[in-house]
Amino acid sequence: MTDSRRNFLLKSFSASSAAWLAANWPAEVAAAEKAQAMGAFTYFTREQAGEVDAMTAQIYPTTDTPGAREAQVIYFIDTALVTFAQDKQDIYAKGLEELSRQTNGRPLATLSADQQIQVLTAMEKTPFFRTVRDHTVMGMFAAPQHGGNYKKVGWQQIGFDDSLNFRAPFGAYDKAEGSW
Amino acid sequence: MKTFKPSEEVDFVIVGSGAAGGVMAKQLATAGFSVVVMEQGAWGAYGHEQDYNKDELINRFPSPEDRLLSDPKTQRNTFRRNANEKAVPGSHDYGCVVGGGTVTYGASSWRHLPYEFEEARRFGTMAGTGIADWPVSYAEIEPYYSQAEWEIGISGPSVEVRTDAGALIAPMSKPYPVRPLPLKSSGALMMKAAAKLNLKVTPNVAAIITEPYNGRSGCINCGACSGYGCQVKARSSSAVALLPVAVATGNCEIRVHSYVREINVDASGKATGVTYFNKANNNEEVFQKAKCVVLSANGTETPRLLLLSKSNRFQQGLANSSGLVGKYLMTGNGGGASGLFADPLNEYKGAVTGAAVLSYVPNDVKTRGFYGGGRMTARGQMSPIQYGLAGPHGAPSWGAGYKKALIEQANRRLTMVNFISQLPVETNTVDLDPDAKDAWGLPAMRITTTSHQNDFKAMQFFIDRSVEILKAAGATQVWPDQINDSKGGAHARGTARMGNDPKSSVVNKYHRAHDVPNLFVVDGSSFVTGGRNHPTMTISALAYRCADHLVKAAKTGNVTI
Repeated sequence: MTDSRRNFLLKSFSASSAAWLAANWPAEVAAAEKAQAMGAFTYFTREQAGEVDAMTAQIYPTTDTPGAREAQVIYFIDTALVTFAQDKQDIYAKGLEELSRQTNGRPLATLSADQQIQVLTAMEKTPFFRTVRDHTVMGMFAAPQHGGNYKKVGWQQIGFDDSLNFRAPFGAYDKAEGSW
Repeated sequence: MKTFKPSEEVDFVIVGSGAAGGVMAKQLATAGFSVVVMEQGAWGAYGHEQDYNKDELINRFPSPEDRLLSDPKTQRNTFRRNANEKAVPGSHDYGCVVGGGTVTYGASSWRHLPYEFEEARRFGTMAGTGIADWPVSYAEIEPYYSQAEWEIGISGPSVEVRTDAGALIAPMSKPYPVRPLPLKSSGALMMKAAAKLNLKVTPNVAAIITEPYNGRSGCINCGACSGYGCQVKARSSSAVALLPVAVATGNCEIRVHSYVREINVDASGKATGVTYFNKANNNEEVFQKAKCVVLSANGTETPRLLLLSKSNRFQQGLANSSGLVGKYLMTGNGGGASGLFADPLNEYKGAVTGAAVLSYVPNDVKTRGFYGGGRMTARGQMSPIQYGLAGPHGAPSWGAGYKKALIEQANRRLTMVNFISQLPVETNTVDLDPDAKDAWGLPAMRITTTSHQNDFKAMQFFIDRSVEILKAAGATQVWPDQINDSKGGAHARGTARMGNDPKSSVVNKYHRAHDVPNLFVVDGSSFVTGGRNHPTMTISALAYRCADHLVKAAKTGNVTI
């Protein structure tokens, strides 16, 4: 088994975020290491994955709560491009070339956060950016079985309970009011 | 399931298995007639207990076998605002599975009110519209509404019936068979606003059972509702409430993957059956012989199929001597607003449509300055991906600002979705695109539509009322909708309108095509005016009435009566 997936994950986090992650989400970091069992990327080269991963991290950033990186959105997108989003491969291929031109060939993640946002803002109306944006959102909020939303971090943030059924009352106001 | 050979002349072939097709199949098969139902989609979860998927991503990107809606990539269609424009690829779709649109719809099941069948007589017509009275009155349809509600399984409020002009709910000879869906937080907030603004609020009327009924279990409030197949058969779709009854008679075959491309006629002008592509067998062309054809393919595919069925005798398309096939298209227009509340609503739990505000249903041209009314509904339900893609209101579409607002607004938003009574306009049409073809090489459907000026006023009115209601309910922030004229989609009506005069209508009051004695057209296309939208219950009731007539006629050996 190659260690590419684990190394990729670890390299993706800056030193401070890795420490912060280990402190706040020890289980997640442990599991990310365990994720090496999943093997290398299916569609992306490592370089491409690095670029797309950096984009997802700006689109849905890590703040005081987990972002696209912690949700492992890059694996969702990697799988998407060989499954339901195969028709988007071309958009990614061309878009990544364009991104490289915009950064003069430097990996996006090596720019400062402000510079990254500047580059992406200039691209935000392109089909490529829009596609990555939509895929990032899907990776945050699709069921974890699809590769992202790791440990349901996306669902937790928006208060989505994936139980199979519910009993009324559902929210604060019907609870206060009772029934019809 | 009984099967028939295509060469066998069956009594009825029904094109479409949705709201109307399901009723027709059940009624005709139960009366002892042989029936083949043509469905271009797949089986879905027909005959299984709980196989529909709750996984939002899979539901969004289904495999061909899992697909519940038509695919605009193969079932191509084009769109333009008016006849001077060149149509561009459209995104119109419709239910495309055994059970049709009833498998995935929101399931609101309101009756039309009595005056919605006679708006021309009661309120007058308007320039630029085809407002006309229906050839059938509410009193004639009323028993069929009750039959439909009890056989299909409709939940609703206990109704206080009034019959005067200001009535908000149609008079009913029987109550709803099942008690209503839960209040939800949206309902509680509507009640609060209603108390301040003196509005009438009730539970929604829905084809969703809330307790065991007719061998099915009640809604479990799972939240994967509109746009999903129901996992527990609580949504009273044709696939669970009607078609199994038809098949159990031993007289009815449902033939899936069967895409009908033509209704065939003989030299005398009578329908002889239908020709379809068998999608499951390399699109082999098959002719199914039948004594009588029932067309229930929805308000857009029904006129398209009539227009595709050209012959020497019917050069403008079948049943089109009036030239009105495909005209007077009405789609689902409306307008609303959403508001932010302090505490969680969790609207994603339970059925999609919550409380209904009825106060603006009646006409009030003098005060409001527009014709028609509308029923307002409280919602807020969004699945997680849908919520994330649509994004928070008043925030960027990505980045830290997006994330912050998305988390803040999650589960605290209430949306009002309101339908207006869209007016029938002759230039709003479904026809055949002269250039674009579908994946089978047939002319693609072309939709041309721009709402009447009156309807833009109506949309604005309901946007304003929504803002008012949300504020009265205590919203801390309110976002009015932008006016957005429809481009097609669900609720298509009016494209083969019924009437007594063959010059100004396509079918008669029993849905028989004026031009073809053994062709019946039963679905939203029969509508003369749009009502307050929410068309399905009226489609079902019309189908029961049509079937009743057909059974009586066919038993005498002559469906052409």
